[in-house]
Amino acid sequence: MSAMEQAAEGTVEGHASKSAAAIDRAKAEGRAALVGYLPAGFPSVQESIDAAIELAHNGADIIEIGIPYSDPVMDGSVIQAATTEALASGFRVASVFDVVKAVTDATDAAVLVMTYWNPVMRMGVDEFARRLARAGGAGLITPDLIPDEASEWFEASDRYGLDRVFLVAPSTTPERMAMTVDATRGFTYAVSLMGVTGARAAVDESAQRVVAGAREAGAERVCVGLGVSNAEHVREIAAYADGVIVGTAIVSALRDGGPAAVGRLAAALSGGLAREGHPA
Amino acid sequence: MRLVAENAPEAAAADFTSRAADTNGSGTEPADVFLSGSLRHSPGPYFGAYGGRWMPESLIAALDELEETFEKAKQDPEFVAEIAELNRNYSGRPSLLTEAKRFSQHAGGARVFLKREDLNHTGSHKINNVLGQALLAKRMGKTRIIAETGAGQHGVASATAAAFLGLECVVYMGAEDCRRQALNVARMQLLGATVVPVTNGSQTLKDAINDALRDWVANVQTTHYLLGTAAGAHPFPAMVRFFHEVIGDEARSQILEQTGRLPDAVCACIGGGSNAIGIFHGFLDDPDVELFGFEAGGSGVETGHHAATITLGRPGVLHGARSYLMQDEDGQTVESHSISAGLDYPGVGPEHSYLHDIGRVTYEPITDSEAMDAFSVLCRTEGIIPAIESSHALAGAIKVGKRLAEEGDASEKIIIVNLSGRGDKDVQTAADWFGMLDENGQVRGTTLSTRRPKGFAPNGDEGEENA
Ligand SMILES: Cc1ncc(COP(=O)(O)O)c(C=O)c1O
Repeated sequence: MSAMEQAAEGTVEGHASKSAAAIDRAKAEGRAALVGYLPAGFPSVQESIDAAIELAHNGADIIEIGIPYSDPVMDGSVIQAATTEALASGFRVASVFDVVKAVTDATDAAVLVMTYWNPVMRMGVDEFARRLARAGGAGLITPDLIPDEASEWFEASDRYGLDRVFLVAPSTTPERMAMTVDATRGFTYAVSLMGVTGARAAVDESAQRVVAGAREAGAERVCVGLGVSNAEHVREIAAYADGVIVGTAIVSALRDGGPAAVGRLAAALSGGLAREGHPA
Repeated sequence: MRLVAENAPEAAAADFTSRAADTNGSGTEPADVFLSGSLRHSPGPYFGAYGGRWMPESLIAALDELEETFEKAKQDPEFVAEIAELNRNYSGRPSLLTEAKRFSQHAGGARVFLKREDLNHTGSHKINNVLGQALLAKRMGKTRIIAETGAGQHGVASATAAAFLGLECVVYMGAEDCRRQALNVARMQLLGATVVPVTNGSQTLKDAINDALRDWVANVQTTHYLLGTAAGAHPFPAMVRFFHEVIGDEARSQILEQTGRLPDAVCACIGGGSNAIGIFHGFLDDPDVELFGFEAGGSGVETGHHAATITLGRPGVLHGARSYLMQDEDGQTVESHSISAGLDYPGVGPEHSYLHDIGRVTYEPITDSEAMDAFSVLCRTEGIIPAIESSHALAGAIKVGKRLAEEGDASEKIIIVNLSGRGDKDVQTAADWFGMLDENGQVRGTTLSTRRPKGFAPNGDEGEENA
C-alpha cells in the first residue's frame, strides 16, 4: 500500500510523517532537531521564502510557516508586529501554499504551517488540507485548536496524510496529556512556559517537566518551544528534548538584518543541538 | 473590498446543517431542544453547532477549574444566597419595571415597559455577572481579576467588585474606547483598578480581549479572567447567562404583576449578548412572546461600517467559541464600527447564533442615527438618559411597536425593553452628536464666565515665571 492509499484509509502511522522523519534524521546524527518559525508574507512573500530557505540551509530541520492572523492571542509583541505588518501589506492566506511549495522545493526541510484555526475553517478544513498537501506541506501546528474540537481536522489530516501537531503546556493534566499525545502525529509541541511567544532571558524550569509528562504519556517525539532565544537555550533543551523550536529570535533577526541574518542566527543556533558525546 | 463582511446567509445555513450533525456528538438539533421542553437553561458547551472551547491548551485547565467551581457553586445554597444578598443590598435589585407612557406614543402607541438595569449600582446590568464571577474567583483562591471593557461599564463593574471583595484588578481597554469613554477610565482608577490602554489592531473591545487572554495565559495561577459578556469559551456563555438570568426572571413576574399577562415582545441590544440573553431567559419558553435582539448597524449595514454580526457575519471561531463572526473571505476578523463602544464587537455569544438559526429570536440592525434619535426621545419623554447601547433596543422597540400597531389596537400590545444601562458615560458623545459642543470640544455656553478660577495666572509666561 502506498502512503497515499494508507492516508486515504486513515491508517497513516507515525513513520509516514514528514516532520517525524526530519526529527529521526537529526536523532541519527546524534543531535536534536532545529525547528524555526517565520510568518509568511513578512516583510514580503518573497523575503519570507528567502528567509525560510536560509533557515533550512543553515541547519533547520523543520520550518514552521505562520499564517498572519488578525487576532493572534498566543503571540507576543514581536510576532504580532510582524504579522500585523504582513496583513497591512495585503497578505492573503492562499499565499501560504506558495511559500510552502517554494521552501519544500528548495530544501530538504519538512515544512509545517502554524495557524490559528479560523482561517482554516473559513477556507474549509478539507480544502485547506488538500491544498497544503499538494504544496508539499508536512502538516499543521494549531495553537488554538485542541483535539476535543478537531474532528474535522482528524478526518482531513488522515485523508491527505498530514501531521497534526497539538500543543501541551505546563498546565496540561496527565489525562489531557495522554489524549493529546494520542491525537498527535509528527511531534508533540511542548510549550515551555505559561505565556505567549517572545524572547526570554532563560528557559523556564517547567519545560523539562512538560517533556517528561509527554514522554510518560507515550510521546515518541517532543519538541520544546516558546521563549527559546539563543544557542545556550538550545543546548540546554537539546539535552532532553527531540527538537528545539525558535520563533521570536528568528523573526527579530529577519526584521533587523533580512534573510542573511536569519541564516547566521540559524547557524549559531544549530551549534547548540549536539548531545553530549555526539559532536555534530 | 475584502474588508466588508459578506452577506452569505445560504452558505451560513448550509454550514450550520453540516456542522450540526458532526459537532463531536454534542450538537443538539433544534427539534430536540423543543422536544426536550426548554430553551432556558442550555448548559453548553455547545448550543447547536455553536460554542465549544477553541482555546490554547494552556488555558484549558483554568476553564476546567472554572467550570467545576461554577457547577458546584450553582448547587450550593450558600452561594446562591450570597448572590441574592449582594443583588439586594449592594446592587439594588430587583430593578424596577417602569412603564414609559410618553415614550409609547413614539412606538405606535404600544405599551412600553423599561427594565431598569440602569438603576443598578455602577449603572448597568454588568454588575450582575461581575459579582457572581468575582465570588467564584475567591472560591478558586485567586487574588487578581482581569477584565476587558468596551464602554467601560464592565470595567467599572469589575473594579467595583474588586474593591468590594479585596481583589487586585487590571482592566484592558482599547485606546480608542479610552478616548470615547474617558469618564469611565477615571472611574475605574478612582476605584483602585489599573487601566491598560490597548493599542493593537482596531484598539477596541476585541483587541482588549486579546490582551486580556495573553495576560491570563501568563498569570492563570493567581488570576481569574472576568469576561464581561455571554461569549468566549465554555463555560463563559452559560455562566454569564446564569448570573444575568435574574433580569428575565424579575421582568417576567413584574410584567405579570403589572399587566396580568406576558408581553408581546421583548427587545434588547446585542454586543456580546449578555443583557439580551439575561432578559430573554425569562421568556424563551413562552412561544407567544416575540424576542428581538438589536445589533449595532453603525453607519448602515450597506456601508461596511457596522457591528451587525448575526445580520451579516458567518460562522467562525473567535475568542474561544464558534459563533457568527464578522470576517473577510480569508477568515480575518473584520473591524466593527458603532457609535456605541459597548456594541462595537465583531463577534457574538454562541447561544444567540443558535437562537437565530432556530428562529426563536429575531436579530436586526439599528443604525447610529436611529439609536441616537431614540436616545433623544427617551431623554425628553421619560426623563431618563439611556446608555447608547440600550438606545439601540429603544430604537428597535419603536419599530416593533409600529409593526404591532398594524396588527390591531396598539394600546393592547405590550413591549419590554431591557434598558441595560444609563447614559452618564455617554454625555460627551451625545453632546458631540447633537452639535452641543463648540470648536474646542466644550459644551456651548459653558465658557462665558468672567470670574477667574483660583490660582489662575492671567498671562501664561508670567505664570511660569512665578512657578
Ligand atoms: C449599558 C450596556 N448595555 C449593553 C452592553 C453590551 O453588552 P452585552 O451585549 O453583553 O449586554 C454594554 C457593554 O458594554 C453596556 O455597557
